[in-house]
Parts: sequence; structure tokens; C-alpha cells
Amino acid sequence: MTHMSADAHPSSGPRPGDAPSDIEPVVEMTGITITFPGVTALDDVSFRMFPGEVHALMGENGAGKSTLIKALTGVYTIDAGTIRVGGTEQQFAGTATAQAAGVSTVYQEVNLCTNLSVAENMMLGREPRRLGRIDHRRMNRRTREVLARLGLDIAPRSRLGDHPIAVQQLVAIGRAVDIEARVLVLDEPTASLDSEEVDKLFEVVRSLRSQGVAILFVSHFLDQVFAISDRMTVLRNGRLVGEHLTRDVTRLELVEEMLGRELEVLERLDREPSRQPDERRTPVLRAVGLGRKGALAPVDLDVYDGEVIGIAGLLGSGRTELARLLFGADASDSGTVELRGRRVHLRSPRKAVDQRIGFSSENRRSEGVIGDLTVAENMLLGLQAARGWLRPVPPRTRDQLVTKYVEALDIRPANPDALMRNLSGGNQQKVLLARWLIMQPDLLILDEPTRGIDVGAKAQIQQVVDDLARDGMGVVFISAELEEVLRLSDRLVVMRDRHKVDEIPNVQTTTADLMAIIARDEEVARA
Amino acid sequence: MRDLTRHRLFWPVLALVLLLAVNAIATPTFLQVRMQDGHLYGSLVDIARNGAPVLLVALGMTLVIATRGIDLSVGAIAAIAGAVACVHIAGSPDPASAGTAITAITLALAVCILLGLWNGFLVSVLGIQPIIATLVLMTAGRGLAMLVTGGQITTVNNAFFKALGAGYFLTLPIAILVSLAVLAITGLITRRTALGMLVEAVGINPEASRLAGVRSRTIIWTVYVFSAFCAGLAGLMIAANTSAADANNAGLWIELDAILAVVIGGTSLAGGRFSLMGTLVAALFIQTLSTTIPTIGIPSETNYLFKAVVVIAVCLLQSPKARAAVWRRSNRSSLVKAGRA
Ligand SMILES: Nc1ncnc2c1ncn2[C@@H]1O[C@H](COP(=O)(O)OP(=O)(O)OP(=O)(O)O)[C@@H](O)[C@H]1O
Ligand SMILES: [Mg+2]
Repeated sequence: MTHMSADAHPSSGPRPGDAPSDIEPVVEMTGITITFPGVTALDDVSFRMFPGEVHALMGENGAGKSTLIKALTGVYTIDAGTIRVGGTEQQFAGTATAQAAGVSTVYQEVNLCTNLSVAENMMLGREPRRLGRIDHRRMNRRTREVLARLGLDIAPRSRLGDHPIAVQQLVAIGRAVDIEARVLVLDEPTASLDSEEVDKLFEVVRSLRSQGVAILFVSHFLDQVFAISDRMTVLRNGRLVGEHLTRDVTRLELVEEMLGRELEVLERLDREPSRQPDERRTPVLRAVGLGRKGALAPVDLDVYDGEVIGIAGLLGSGRTELARLLFGADASDSGTVELRGRRVHLRSPRKAVDQRIGFSSENRRSEGVIGDLTVAENMLLGLQAARGWLRPVPPRTRDQLVTKYVEALDIRPANPDALMRNLSGGNQQKVLLARWLIMQPDLLILDEPTRGIDVGAKAQIQQVVDDLARDGMGVVFISAELEEVLRLSDRLVVMRDRHKVDEIPNVQTTTADLMAIIARDEEVARA
Repeated sequence: MRDLTRHRLFWPVLALVLLLAVNAIATPTFLQVRMQDGHLYGSLVDIARNGAPVLLVALGMTLVIATRGIDLSVGAIAAIAGAVACVHIAGSPDPASAGTAITAITLALAVCILLGLWNGFLVSVLGIQPIIATLVLMTAGRGLAMLVTGGQITTVNNAFFKALGAGYFLTLPIAILVSLAVLAITGLITRRTALGMLVEAVGINPEASRLAGVRSRTIIWTVYVFSAFCAGLAGLMIAANTSAADANNAGLWIELDAILAVVIGGTSLAGGRFSLMGTLVAALFIQTLSTTIPTIGIPSETNYLFKAVVVIAVCLLQSPKARAAVWRRSNRSSLVKAGRA
């Protein structure tokens, strides 16, 4: 049976974290090398996992984490090395054989069928049948149960593509968890989740661990890594640099090992004097009663020059919907927008770009990345679109801009002609940010801009946002990570249930305060 | 070597070279080009001239396919272009003059642009699937051409018009020059401006392009207009070559040859990166193939079958997946053999 409950198996497995010599590793990869034209993504990496442990795979953007995972799951064929799962050597010729060997995977970029229903995605390939036909009743019920364990209450029949990326991610996780596997691989599963969903996910992970499942976990959130993992393997530039028990290393040691240097910038932001948003002038953007039926109740919002507005709220609270309406990505059906006091009608993203508004979507795979174009083309797409096709960006300017941002954001590989789809997730995200930074908009809407970005680069990007605001740009900043929102914002807008429920200046606000606002409204709603 | 086989033009060029070699062996005079009355003659020149309409249609099709679309109506549009031009010439008071030929050509191309606007409107504004949207004109278009010609094969006698299909300029057939000119202009416009990149962006990820501020609607509309224009030009060439407009048969199935040329040329039906040079090579390949079939003595009943087999072989050669599978299998069997020995 696939039913599992957290307390059904009191710690019967091996004690997590220990690697007693009498326990066989469930996964043993030795001497793995993978090269792509011009890049050695993995160089003689060895990696092992024991049953009943949560193993964190750590490393900067582009270190080779996803590549190692794809070697384990048979997506890539390895150039050298051996892979043993459950003691037998495997010659994976595709993902199906890896699955049959008991490896269940959630990849970094959700790859489900957005056109199918939630339940169909969840049970794809293993639909419950009755008299040879798919039993939809049972399928929907099962889906509901799995999702309930992850704390998600959505209609199994709804189309997957209609849900935000975080929900899609949870469905992918639910699917992987529901397949009874010996090894569960989660590549940045929490990148777009709120703390509540993360807690739920960790409950499920712990219960699987107690049943002896080995869980491979990738995340750039160190808190989460230290909270859940028993052991970790650190990669740098495609090489193995260390394997430790989590309890034996400190955060600082880990970060230094990952980056190969010390991390300086992190705390600088907090110490710098706060910015001086210019509230006497007319706001860059003033939205009055902006809303869309079924997506967002009418919202009022002012954004001034040189100000960062942080939008906080739980999953499904309407954060992304608000961002999309401000940019004209979706059409509003109520309210008005004024830009510098002038009434405008933002019918399309194109109109918004003409009005010097930029928007970086949370969903980089389907709404940002143009996979078959190069890094340089992806970076300049926005600028080129704004100039029109008749005026191509001159090669000189193009090279200057690309070099500048590849350096500023430390994009790797630093090759403007690399195909975008071959970049690691975090590096793609940086290219998309550069796309908008190049445009130098008056108002920049960033929906989860640091999603999947490593600790070092995250501080760097926060620094960039801070600098932009100091130079007078208005920024709307959305992130599931409350610390980040608090660190950057001058003002905080709290969303809940597709309503704006509060707006406060960010003066010494703590995450607890912010959570309290969200919770208070919850109580009010219940009363 | 590995880099060479990975080049996108490698397989189409190889296929073309092999096919030419087969012909040269079967007919020793095949590669000869001779000068007669100041005109170039020879099988190679014939292939290039007869392939001109397919090449033209395929150029337009390349851009349409790059945006993830397809244009099935090109054959019908070619027929309409021929019909409009011939009927205009036949009905004009001065049916043999250069002026009449020029107005006829302009009129026909203008009609084609209107038809392209219609296709583009259905696809980009109404959001109808391209295959359905262009199917409308594919089926209705020949009817329109019949209406124009009144159901008759309209013949004309205008030397200037005829030149477009059968004339020579500077020793070369005008049809070849026109199609190469369109190729060059298309190459310049797409690669010297940002149009090519924007077309590819829209084809690869329409939503991401829209959110980056690309005017995808205008771009999609433009490529359908361009495709119709190319089809019109091809239709005029066909009509000029025979000095007649045949509403039923002019440009029949040309859309299939064009789509094939685009695909063999290395542009994916899933949209995105396109290669005009690939289309050129593939169009020549297809035309050569049609000429080869009778010359190497393949019975005419199996004509289509043979063509299909060759095309499938080329498509398989091009697919990295298929190549990898064949490679793996041959490796494995050699391993087995080694094991037995
Ligand atoms: N198909 C490919 N072709 C060429 N290079 C590739 C390909 N896949 C990955 N790479 C390169 O391999 C390196 C490792 O990438 P990988 O995706 O494993 O990084 P990662 O550790 O998962 O990073 P992130 O934290 O950003 O997700 C990168 O330099 C990337 O550009
Ligand atoms: Mg990754």
C-alpha cells in the first residue's frame, strides 16, 4: 500500500545520519564524469546515499547538482563512472529504467502536462483501472488524499496549468512521493513554496525517511538544509569537495566550502542607511481599485520613485495576480492605473514596456526562458522588442551590455553564445533579470527574482535591487521568503485570499510581525 | 569531424551531393552545362529552374514554420495568382504589351497579399490553429481561382509575362534569378535586422516573448503575408512558363514539397531556429529527386513510393535520436561479435 503516516513506523530504520559500516548504501555513484561540448559538468564525482537518510546536495549555481541528479535518473548518459542502486550496477538507458530501479524524481523545472488535470498528472502512467477503463472516481480520490498530506486543497479535476507554479510544484512532489520508491530525489522542491508548505513537505519527508527511503534534497535555503538533512555532499565547479554529517558542519563552513571563498556581502545591506523614497512627487504608478474577477479583489497601490514595495502573503494570496495586472500580462476588469499622474490603459505587456515598466515572472521556464536562443539573445530580447525589428541592437552595444551583465551577475558559463537551455536553473534566472535591468525601466516588478539562486548570488541580487532603488527606480518585490522581503522593502503590502489586507511602512518589522498580520486576518475571517 | 556532422547543413548537403553523384553516374552528361545562343543549358540549370517555384514557396513556409505555424494554402494561392494575372492579360485591350504584363503581375501579387492578410488575421487575431486556418483557403482557394478563370484554362500570349517563367537574363533563366533574389532579400531582412531573432523567439516560446514585450501578433501576421506573397510569385512563374492559368492543377501539392524542403533543411516543425540556406539546399534536393526517378529507370508507378522512402531516410539521418539508436545497435552487435570470437 502507498499509505503512510508519520507515526506508523517509530524509528525502526537506521539512525539517520550515521553510516554504520554494516549498512549498504542504496545509491553509490563512483567516478562520475559528464561532459557537454565545451563544459565538463561533472568531473570524477563520487556520491553515496544510505537508506533512511535525508541527503543534501549542495553547491553554487552551475556546480553540477542537477547534472548529478540527471545522471542518477538516467536522463544523461555518463562518460565515465559507475552507478549502483540497491547494490546492483545500473546501465540506465533512459528514465524508465531508473524508475523501475526505484528512483523517483522531482526535477528542478516542473515538467508536467499543463493541459491535463491535476489528477491526471498525479496518476499519469499508473491510473487506477476498473474493467480495463480508467477509474476517474478512484483517481480523483487518491489525488485528493495525496495532496491533503501536502496541505493542498484543490480540485483534482482542475487544469494543472491554471494553478500557480508553487501548486504545480506540489503536485509534482505529490506524484513522486506517491510512487513507492527506495530513493526520492527532490531538486529544489521548495524554491517557490511558503514556510507553511515547506513544513508540510518536511513532515512527509520525515515520515518517508523513517520508512527507510533515501531522500536526496537540493536547496539554496540553508535553514531548510540544516533543518532536514542528515548528511550532505558539496560540489564546486563539477568536482566533489566534501561529504559531511550535517551536525558536524556550521553554516559558515558550508558556505565557504561551496563558494571556495568567504562570503562578505550578506550583512552589508542591513547596515546601510535606509533609502529616501521621494513621496512628495507624483508616484511612478498609482493603481486605484485595480482588480480582475476571480483573480484579485480591487487593490489600491502607490509606488514612488526610489522605493521598494514588498508584497507578502501566502501561496494563492494574489501576489502574482497583482503583479500581472500591474504589467498588463492579464487584463484587469476594474480600476484605473496612472503613471506619473497620467491615466493609462495597460492592455498588454507591450504597452507596459512602452511605459517603461518591467516584469520578471516567477515561472521562468514557461514565461521567461527562450531555450533555443543564446544567452546574449535572451538578455537583449526585451530591449530589441522595444526598439522594434528594424533597428537591431548594434553589435558593439550588444557586446558591451552582455559582458557587463554577465560580469555583474556572475553568470556561468560566461559565454554569451551558450544556448539558454543548457544553463543551470540559477544562471537562467540571472539572465532573465539582466533582460530587465538592461531596459532600465522606471518601475520594475520582480516576482520571485531570487528563485533557485545560490546564497552568494542572492545577496548580490538583493544588492542590485537596492542599488536600483537608490538610483531612483521604483520596485515591486515579491518573494515567498519573508526575510528577503523585509530586508529590501521600504513599505510592505500584505495580501490574503486575493485581497490587499494591510499596508505598513517597514520600520523594524520582523517576520513574526508579518506572520501575525497574515494570521490576524485569518482569525478575523474565521470569527 | 564530429563538429562537421553536427552542422545543420551537413545532412541536407550530403544528401544532395549523393543524389547528384547517382545522376552523374547514371547519365554521364548530367553535370555538363553548355552555352547556346547566349543561354546556359544543362540538367543542372533545368533543376534549378524547375525548382524555383518550390524554393519560393518554401522560403515563405520557412518563416511561417519558424513561428510554429504552417501554411497549407500556398498551392491555392499560387493558382489564384496565375488566374488573376492571365485573366487580366487576356481581358486587357493590349494583351501583348509590357505594361499589361506589369499591371497583371502587380495585381496578382496584391491579391495574394490580401489573402495572406486573411490567413494572418485568422491565426494571430482570432487565434485559430494555423493548420485549420490555412485549410480554409486551401480548399476554398481553388474555387476562387475557378471563379476568376470562369472554369476555363485561360491562355495568354504575352512575351513579357512569359519571360518570368521561361525567359533568360544574363545567360540564366529569369526564374532562377528571381528565386535567388527573393532568397537573398529574405536573408538580409531576417538576419541583418532583428526580425529573424524575433520570429524565432515567438516560435520557441510565445508566452515568454509576449511578456518580454515582443509584438508577436504583428510578427505572425507578417510571416503569413510574406508566405502568400512568395506563393503568388511562384504561381506567376508557373503560369508564365506555360502561358496559361490552370485553376485546378497549377501549384497542386506544392505545399507538401515546400513543407518537406523546410523540414529537410533543418527547420523544426515545432518552430524556432530556421535556416534559409537549409531550405535552399533541400528544395534543390527535392527537385533533383523528381528528375532522378525517371533517369535511373525506376518504373513510374513506384515514383511516389521511391520519393517517400528517400525522404524518410533523409529525415532519419537528420534526427540525432535515430542516429544514436542506430549507432548503439551497431556497437552492441560488434560487442556481441567480439564476445563470440
Ligand atoms: N545540456 C547541457 N549542455 C551544455 N551544458 C550543460 C548542459 N546541462 C548542464 N550544463 C552545464 O553544466 C553545469 C552544471 O549545471 P547544473 O544544472 O548541474 O547546475 P546546478 O548545480 O543544478 O545549478 P543550479 O543551482 O543553478 O540549479 C553548468 O555550467 C551548465 O551550464
Ligand atoms: Mg539545478
